[in-house]
Amino acid sequence: MSVLTTRPPDRTAGPPAPRKGRARRRREQQWPAYVFLSPWMIGAVALTLVPMAVSLYLSFTDYNLFDPPHWVGLRNYTEMLTEDPRYWRSVGTTLLYVVVAVPLKLGLALGVAMLLRNLGRGRAFYRSAFYAPSLLGASMSIALVWRALFNDGGTVARVLDAVGIHTGGWVGNPDYAVFAVVLLTVWQFGAPMVIFLAGLQQISPDLYEAAALDGAGRWRQFLSVTVPMLSPVVFFNLVLETIQSFQVFTPAFAISGGDGGPADSTLFYTLYLYERGFTASHMGYAAAMAWMLLLAIGAVTLILFRTSRSWVFYADEEDR
Amino acid sequence: MNTLTKRWLPHTVALVCLLLLLYPLGWLAATSLKPATEVATSLKLWPSHFEWSNYTTALDGVSGVPVGRLLGNSLLIAGGAVLGNVLSCSLAAYAFARLRFRMRKPMFGFMVATLMLPHHVVLIPQYIIFNRLGLVDTYWPLILPKFLATEAFFVFLVVQFMRGLPRELEESARIDGCGAFRTYWAITLPLSRPALITTAIFTFIWTWNDFFTQMIYLFAPEKFTITLALRSFVDQSSTSAYGPMFAMSVISVLPIVLFFAVFQRYLVQGMATSGLKG
Repeated sequence: MSVLTTRPPDRTAGPPAPRKGRARRRREQQWPAYVFLSPWMIGAVALTLVPMAVSLYLSFTDYNLFDPPHWVGLRNYTEMLTEDPRYWRSVGTTLLYVVVAVPLKLGLALGVAMLLRNLGRGRAFYRSAFYAPSLLGASMSIALVWRALFNDGGTVARVLDAVGIHTGGWVGNPDYAVFAVVLLTVWQFGAPMVIFLAGLQQISPDLYEAAALDGAGRWRQFLSVTVPMLSPVVFFNLVLETIQSFQVFTPAFAISGGDGGPADSTLFYTLYLYERGFTASHMGYAAAMAWMLLLAIGAVTLILFRTSRSWVFYADEEDR
Repeated sequence: MNTLTKRWLPHTVALVCLLLLLYPLGWLAATSLKPATEVATSLKLWPSHFEWSNYTTALDGVSGVPVGRLLGNSLLIAGGAVLGNVLSCSLAAYAFARLRFRMRKPMFGFMVATLMLPHHVVLIPQYIIFNRLGLVDTYWPLILPKFLATEAFFVFLVVQFMRGLPRELEESARIDGCGAFRTYWAITLPLSRPALITTAIFTFIWTWNDFFTQMIYLFAPEKFTITLALRSFVDQSSTSAYGPMFAMSVISVLPIVLFFAVFQRYLVQGMATSGLKG
């Protein structure tokens, strides 16, 4: 501000009249942009910014959708963090799920992508076929199939019985139910696989040739060429899958029959949020839960970005 | 290892993986055709005889609403969402990618930031807004937001694509006297077709598969989508009605399978270049 007011008049800019004209011309150039953006701007204000502010406000209130919100300060947050064992149960279940499902899914995706890269013929076919579950897996249909497969007397229990592992039905067992959801997610490894495959194809064959000339074996080539060259793609998939996994809902809803059972073992965070807000009509509590979720996702993403500096390798780094 | 095994080993591994992966889909198709007595007793996929009546039962739908109506409802919502997303996201993307305006940087920054925003944060106030407007139990809450470019993912996708397009054509259109709208409509939009098709297909499939939003906003059975109906089918019937239930499941995923079969090249390409998820 002070710079602007104390700066001497700009003598090179010429007489004021053309400057005004230029300013008007610039305005004229600007208005089409705002017309193009108007749907987005309306949406951003009415359906994102204002709701964010309202949701933050509601998180400090007791609100049941019918009576006016009643200010309770930090009550929702303290209740959630200190008095609600089901809240912590849902946090634990979701964290367990994220920590198990994401690495498994990405590992499988990378493994199959490496396998497919070496296939000449039929690669396009395999790529599409492996990708299919990623599209279907989000549907209620497949969630119901999963429930039947992992139910008491379902295929999984019988096959495991046949090889001498007696687990019974996973869906009804609090120790296993969450892993049925994990496997449903891992089953959809085709999406990150396609991205890995695209990344692998970007790696120059010269690098492998040079490594081979230096006497590097397959494992050494994987560690010294593939891993560093692919690390940006790994990072991208890791961030995306992690953010998505925190928000899993449909499979948990379908496999548990909607209530997070048995014994709250599939009470995922979003499922509990839905139950608090829409079944029990504690909208303020649910809003507080949503803000905790935003904080958690923000924190985890930040940590991933911070640690990525030490392991993500960008080929053009020296040019920067 | 001799060359023959070297050549065939990866194929064998890939095929075995694939069979394992596609088993649940085969199971779904098989179970939808099995007689009730066989569902729980046999591990065999192939039914002893095809129980087509599962499908006629499924076609009757749920709570007196026939499957045709349910599919029509799903189609209406998904079609509206596709139209809305393609239109509003391409408009916003054109402005971000090609036009200069003072608020470009902060607005683009905000748009990218909303990529990370969990839907749950805005969910309850949005519900309150639509409730106040008297639009709960209508399709508006499911379609209207798409016309307002609320899915930042697609705006971002189209921006990235448009930035990669050569500017020459647009510049010569400008010199020939085309305004921003003409240029957008006649030059940029047709050139952006791959990105718009990707947007359209993913919007369709995601909206079709969506369950959470539909469950929150729709109550009347005759307004149900096929996804919602499937879930109430489960609540109504026990495992004895497995056959009809999975017949209905097959019907509900059929559009996605068809879309996938027709557009799989676009889908896989779009994913690989933009990082879209399934």
